Amino acid sequence: MSRYTSATDADRRAMLEEIGAGSIDELFADIPQSVRLDRPIDLPPGKPEQEVYAYLRDLAARNVSAEDEVSFVGAGMYDHYVPSLVDALLARSEFLTPYTPYQPEVSQGTLQVMFEYQTAISELTGLPVSNATLYEGPSAVASAGWMARLQNGRGRFLVSRALHPHSREALATTAAGYGTAVEELPLAAGVTDAGALREAVGDDVSAVFLQQPNFLGAVEDLELLAPIARNAGPPAPLLVVQVDPMTLGVLRPPGDFEVDVAVGEGQSLGNRLDYGGPSFGFFATQEAYMRRMPGRIAGETVDADGKRGFVLTLQTREQHIRREKATHNITTAQTLNALAGVVYLAWLGRRGIVELGELLLHRTAYARRTLAGLEGVELLHEQPVVREFAVRLAGLGGGGFSRVIERCAEQGVNPGYPLAADYEEHADGLLVAITEQRSRADIDRLAEVLGAAVAAEREAVHA
Amino acid sequence: MADASYPDDLKYHPEHDWARIDGDVATFGITWYAQDQLGEVVFVDPPEVGRTVMKDEPYAEIESVKAVSDVVAPLSGEIVEVNEALGDAPEQINEDPYGGGWLVKVRLSDAAEVDDLLDRDAYEGSLS
Amino acid sequence: MTQTIFEKSVDGRRAFVAPALDVPEEPDALPARFRRAEPPRLPEIAEPEIVRHYTQLSTKNFHVDAGFYPLGSCTMKHNPKLHERVAALPGYARLHPLQTPSRAQGALQLMWELQRALAEIAGLPHVSLQPSAGSQGELAGVLLTRAFHEAQGSRRHKVLTPDTAHGTNPATVTMAGYEVVKVGTADDGGVDLEDLRSKVDDDVASLMLTNPNTLGVFDRNIEEIATIMHDVGATLYYDGANLNAVMGRARPGDMGFDIVHYNLHKTFTQPHGGGGPGAGPIAVSDRIEPFLPRPQVVRVTSPGGRAGESGRSQASFELDFDRPQSIGRLRGFQGNFGVFVRSYAYILSLGADGLAEASDTAVLNANYLMARLRDLCGEHLPVAFDRTCMHEFVLTGGPMKRALGIKTLDLAKRLLDHDFHPPTVYFPLLVDEALLIEPTETETRETLDAFAEGVKAILDEAAEDPSIARNAPYGTPVRRLDEAGAAKRPVVRQAM
Repeated sequence: MSRYTSATDADRRAMLEEIGAGSIDELFADIPQSVRLDRPIDLPPGKPEQEVYAYLRDLAARNVSAEDEVSFVGAGMYDHYVPSLVDALLARSEFLTPYTPYQPEVSQGTLQVMFEYQTAISELTGLPVSNATLYEGPSAVASAGWMARLQNGRGRFLVSRALHPHSREALATTAAGYGTAVEELPLAAGVTDAGALREAVGDDVSAVFLQQPNFLGAVEDLELLAPIARNAGPPAPLLVVQVDPMTLGVLRPPGDFEVDVAVGEGQSLGNRLDYGGPSFGFFATQEAYMRRMPGRIAGETVDADGKRGFVLTLQTREQHIRREKATHNITTAQTLNALAGVVYLAWLGRRGIVELGELLLHRTAYARRTLAGLEGVELLHEQPVVREFAVRLAGLGGGGFSRVIERCAEQGVNPGYPLAADYEEHADGLLVAITEQRSRADIDRLAEVLGAAVAAEREAVHA
Repeated sequence: MADASYPDDLKYHPEHDWARIDGDVATFGITWYAQDQLGEVVFVDPPEVGRTVMKDEPYAEIESVKAVSDVVAPLSGEIVEVNEALGDAPEQINEDPYGGGWLVKVRLSDAAEVDDLLDRDAYEGSLS
Repeated sequence: MTQTIFEKSVDGRRAFVAPALDVPEEPDALPARFRRAEPPRLPEIAEPEIVRHYTQLSTKNFHVDAGFYPLGSCTMKHNPKLHERVAALPGYARLHPLQTPSRAQGALQLMWELQRALAEIAGLPHVSLQPSAGSQGELAGVLLTRAFHEAQGSRRHKVLTPDTAHGTNPATVTMAGYEVVKVGTADDGGVDLEDLRSKVDDDVASLMLTNPNTLGVFDRNIEEIATIMHDVGATLYYDGANLNAVMGRARPGDMGFDIVHYNLHKTFTQPHGGGGPGAGPIAVSDRIEPFLPRPQVVRVTSPGGRAGESGRSQASFELDFDRPQSIGRLRGFQGNFGVFVRSYAYILSLGADGLAEASDTAVLNANYLMARLRDLCGEHLPVAFDRTCMHEFVLTGGPMKRALGIKTLDLAKRLLDHDFHPPTVYFPLLVDEALLIEPTETETRETLDAFAEGVKAILDEAAEDPSIARNAPYGTPVRRLDEAGAAKRPVVRQAM
């Protein structure tokens, strides 16, 4: 008997008698002999809880987390402070252990959380309709592509080179299935090249994808780009923008422009890094697309006594009913992560999200100025930034660049994300992210350590 | 509408659609059986005026709480009018499927197609 | 009257206190034309009220820790509490996904070991942990099939799914650019072989199956089915939603499947969280391996070791991006690592013996509950397929509806008043007034008895007065809700 089952020998005997079988083996009689596993599963035997804990604790100790170093790595997920009330609420079994709210009478907690979350995302993005989450950022971008495909069936997606590399790749992988071609829009001075967009847009474009701020940290000029992106048809191609939610206290939201879909990675909002997941993806859109939008949606209604309540609505669009004509195959919502998100946004509040945005703005400006002042370090672009920026470790490629990172690591600092793997034209590029947990002292330490590492490497090269 | 009914002045398509022919224009809708299967209708996604419809092909979607159904055209032609009132009152399809629940009016392109449709008795017979 | 968090907002209240600005203010940090004019209307509310609001909301939920939750095809088994403790270790919780692999060896090793365990359980050697959930695993599987055929120069257009399939299967097929072709079900609940043979040709890319299927029965013809598909060069895809029935008894790889997805939030205890998160890793055969998503977690051994130790090599773990035939990626980073920690903790805790016992007990519990319900309620709620079930079974409420005047929906709502979560209702579509019941292995015999007796009590009550169940539930935080109204005039956010 394992820890989690209760059947004793006596239980088994009594139950088999009720069933009318002689043994449990008999219950598996339908499995043909030839496909049976005729040996035990080749795994070690079960372990007591304390041994499992010790083993996993030891594995965890082999990782260098943000607890162990001063980290400036961002590139889509960020080391923000998760307030303790999030942990406390997520630990409640009532939120942790139920299933999707198929019986709404006993799921009002979950459903109201979804409704509040949808409201919060709508407010952040400035778009009227939000779903109850998708899995995470890049696949939410891919889902927007699928929605565009269902909407207009046209042959091309235009995708900014400054869209997160994982978003670009997820879009390309899924589009290969349904056959829409993906074309990249080049950058100019760190932002999407408006002229190239103007050239590329046409009546065969299904959707245009931009990111705000873009992957290199630069603020895109959506006021300029949105009309260019939509200048085809009618109807115009869908304009999809992947947006960083933490910047939406200070940056004009997608709803201010003619954006059809705003998507993004929700990890920054109250969710842990967790080595990349789980988190949530948000998806907000215009009223006209409400019935085309993928994912679950909670709606307000009343019960038989006239009491206010919430239900999953527009389910007929979803896979379990519409099947091959569904808007999407998704069955999950990242509900627990959405709970963290909405609790976090309530905790930040209307003023807090602005104050946090301002803090990020000024600290990022300070970090950028300070690093640009280091010998051997240059800005990769000079566009306005909010919480992330890119520098070049002038001329240091391959081995030299890696050695700089290693020297910093030895000093307990992770200076940022190397761009070489994703942008061959920026082989010496480094993406530096700021959160409210990176104080001025941390930034000064970054400058000191990075400066010394670059200097040492340049000296070694010249020696 | 409480009881099943199938007016005898209409022609019927096996996919549970009806047509009322008036010269070279026909009115389309779904039958009592279809609305009963669907349950309470909550939304109709109408096609545009001017669009061509083909016999046996779907031309609109009707959404109820439990399903979304394609509506199939019983005859071919061009849509000349759409029932806009269904936007605010989709339940007309349940309450008055042959009257206020009409979906589109179509200028027929091939009158001979009418011969392929069922009359009331044949359609009602097919339901049992 | 319930209020949303927005309705509790009072101007000037706050929870968050920003750290003091410790750098000089940059006056032109953000040009005015990029600046947001009006802040988003998030609530203004202090911490105690936030905690109280969400705590109160939580008490309106039924959940597995409170009671029996026999939702068929969801595997609502106990969520071990150890898992939250290990997932919260800072070495995991605060680890950035883009940390240099040499400084994330613990995480990579955990993923690699989990991959190996999952491969052994399913009988297919090559695993990708990347997909976020079963549906994304399915999409990966169909895209892998597409890549496999394209690499052979073969253009195929159709994918077969049984008519009992979960809706994700056909939805996925459409998203991957294929046409869905449905295959019928035989009287014994398995795939109709004649129908299958008539629809199989070399334009069929794949057959997607669950075994045991959504009717809870094991398809005895699985080897024949595999032969039929492989004879035309098609792939065989296994939807792993029902893996809880067969661990230690049979493996999809041995049945002939090429691609399998697992639902870590079903079989492997990741808590459902009200709908998610989960994870849907996949395992594939050798011929599909080249197309797996990137990156793959690999173990690299380099010769080395200290003098005096014979041939000891250093193993390390890496993310391998160099996969020229890969379909690419389905999502960002490496997948839902937090879910991997919990699932691996489960596998370590149970081990080979425990996993086999879990499936044995799941099947025992299902057959026992089926027998009890047959004894107590068999006249009105007969089984849909009169054969041994696996980990779940289907009843039909048709006779109950005709004899007692209450539908499966009414029975479900009345069960809420008895503090049981109802089973899955109206699925699979093939069965009239279906009830799909999956008790799982973590329930006691007493709980199963109590549930069977509860159902009987509801039927007896309906025989006296069917209106009670028809208007149930009575004791829940809200009563039956107007779903039609919510769909007709959707209100999906708080108005302000």
